[in-house]
Amino acid sequence: MTTLLLIEQVLNGLQSGIMLFLMAAGLTLIFGVMGLINLAHGSLYMVGAFAAAAVAGATGSFTLALMASLAAAAAAGAIVEVTVIRRLYDRDHLDQVLATFALILIFSEGTRWLFGSFPLYLDVPAAFAGPVMLPGGIQYPAYRLLIIAVGLAVAVGLFLLIARTRIGIQIRAGESDREMIAALGVDISRLYTIVFALGAALAGLAGALVGAIQSVQVGMGEPVLILAFVVIVIGGIGSIKGALVGAILVGLTDTLGGVLLPLAFGLFLDPSTASAIGSALASMAIYILMAIVLIYRPTGLYGAPV
Amino acid sequence: MTRETILNTLIFLALPAVAVAALVMDEPFTITLATRAAILALAAVGLNLALGLGGLVSLGHAVFFGLGGYAMGILASHGQSYVPLFDGWILIEGTKSMPIIWLVAVLSSAVVALIIGLLSLRTSGVYFIMITLAFGQMFYYFSISWPAYGGEDGLSIYVRNSFPGPNTLDPIQFFGLVFAVLAGVLWMMSRIARSPFGLALNAARQNATRVETVGLVPMRLRLVAFVISGAVTGLAGALFADLNRFVSPTMFSWQMSGEFIIFIVLGGIGRLFGPVAGACLFVVLEHSLSGISDFWLIYVGAILLLVVLFARGGLIGSLAGREVADD
Repeated sequence: MTTLLLIEQVLNGLQSGIMLFLMAAGLTLIFGVMGLINLAHGSLYMVGAFAAAAVAGATGSFTLALMASLAAAAAAGAIVEVTVIRRLYDRDHLDQVLATFALILIFSEGTRWLFGSFPLYLDVPAAFAGPVMLPGGIQYPAYRLLIIAVGLAVAVGLFLLIARTRIGIQIRAGESDREMIAALGVDISRLYTIVFALGAALAGLAGALVGAIQSVQVGMGEPVLILAFVVIVIGGIGSIKGALVGAILVGLTDTLGGVLLPLAFGLFLDPSTASAIGSALASMAIYILMAIVLIYRPTGLYGAPV
Repeated sequence: MTRETILNTLIFLALPAVAVAALVMDEPFTITLATRAAILALAAVGLNLALGLGGLVSLGHAVFFGLGGYAMGILASHGQSYVPLFDGWILIEGTKSMPIIWLVAVLSSAVVALIIGLLSLRTSGVYFIMITLAFGQMFYYFSISWPAYGGEDGLSIYVRNSFPGPNTLDPIQFFGLVFAVLAGVLWMMSRIARSPFGLALNAARQNATRVETVGLVPMRLRLVAFVISGAVTGLAGALFADLNRFVSPTMFSWQMSGEFIIFIVLGGIGRLFGPVAGACLFVVLEHSLSGISDFWLIYVGAILLLVVLFARGGLIGSLAGREVADD
């Protein structure tokens, strides 16, 4: 295996990790601040992708499509928070799981009803359609580099938002003591709606960005949702830093496992058996990673010990 | 008799009543629906031990359902092709006999439940939900990418497996067999709930610290509950595969796990017959709504949302009053 191919796969892993981070950041923020487990986060990802595909189809502009995905997902998130999620904060996790599972059914079938069962396609913007030459002679798709850059920019923005702004201070205060900040005069239910809409917007953005390399279809959100769960279990629930580290670990393990494991088995098995065993094991690799992390740190890498 | 006991008896008798009525009116499809409801109820009854009594919200019980299904699929496919399953230091052949398949399904589910339980019971709350979900996905993707037994396409078995005595090819006799299994497991569950183990498990859900101070180990209680629960769901998986004569990775999917929880909550959590009522209600909804609209799941979602938000206690809770017998 050549170094060039390896570097390309590392970049692919990084790209999928960064997209996972956008999902996982919202999930972990919502859990950290409101104590809510939100299975419908994948539906918001799907809403973002569909909004982007619809707007790109109508206007042809990718920038507008990205803005539409942010707006649609944030709006859907805010509506869902006000109508349903708000009633779930003081319920147990089982009720939260079920109600958000019900939301998935409603979102998925609603989208199928609006857009049909056939996948939509979102075109990569023309300026980023070709490959770029990286130092060392690596050809890599410009769009995937753009995704990495956008994701990192969002990550930095999120860290600054949480660490430096007034709303960030309120979010952090809400994580540690919600009664106290309500007593200090912060409108806690407005804060919760903002956090939920922010998480939803991040998921929607991820959906739109990934939608241009994969197809946009009903049910696209759930596999990503489950990967994002693995990410925040590894990183520690409630920790944004954990979400970033976990997302990149999961992205790299998933991508590199799919390439390296079949090759590794190929060293001592015949090619067809090696690729069968290798790809089967690769599909399990991230869950094995999660199990290992849990054995040593039951609350994740950056989670507070209980 | 309390209202709940009367209601339980009615629910219990409803299934065979529907099946017999369908037999009289010569509608074999309705018998199949009743069988399906009974099998799904069995799977949820298994989960209810962990979820209702033990308070363990497992979003990965489809693992055991799928394992049971594949136990049937793998053994029966070797049984019908006469190719031995393993031919090395020991000869293992496939089989078409249900009792052996059930035993393999129960044992393999129990062993896997022990391993998953040992890992995931180290955590609790949301972590437990997410980890069981992740283990479910692990088996799902493994079953898709492992090509030997059909991979993504699944595995068809041409003739239903046999059971000594009844003719399983006849829908009503197969229903009778399934119903007998369900009745036996329900009896076992009612015994477990009243046994010292069941009481301790219930106590561990309500207050783990107190249970620990009297010298019991909550983790061990939960692990045993998780293993029994997984084994019962595994048995249901073997029956489900036999009903459809088909196994596919869908049995491992997390929507399946979600549906089991839905059965329990629709029927009423922590109640012996809750999962049975919920599974019957779900099959009825599925059958009647899918005739009305292609997007029938949207109605299921809406109903579920309303039940969770406003009708806590589910069907049995709403009809029989709020008090749970064993709480």
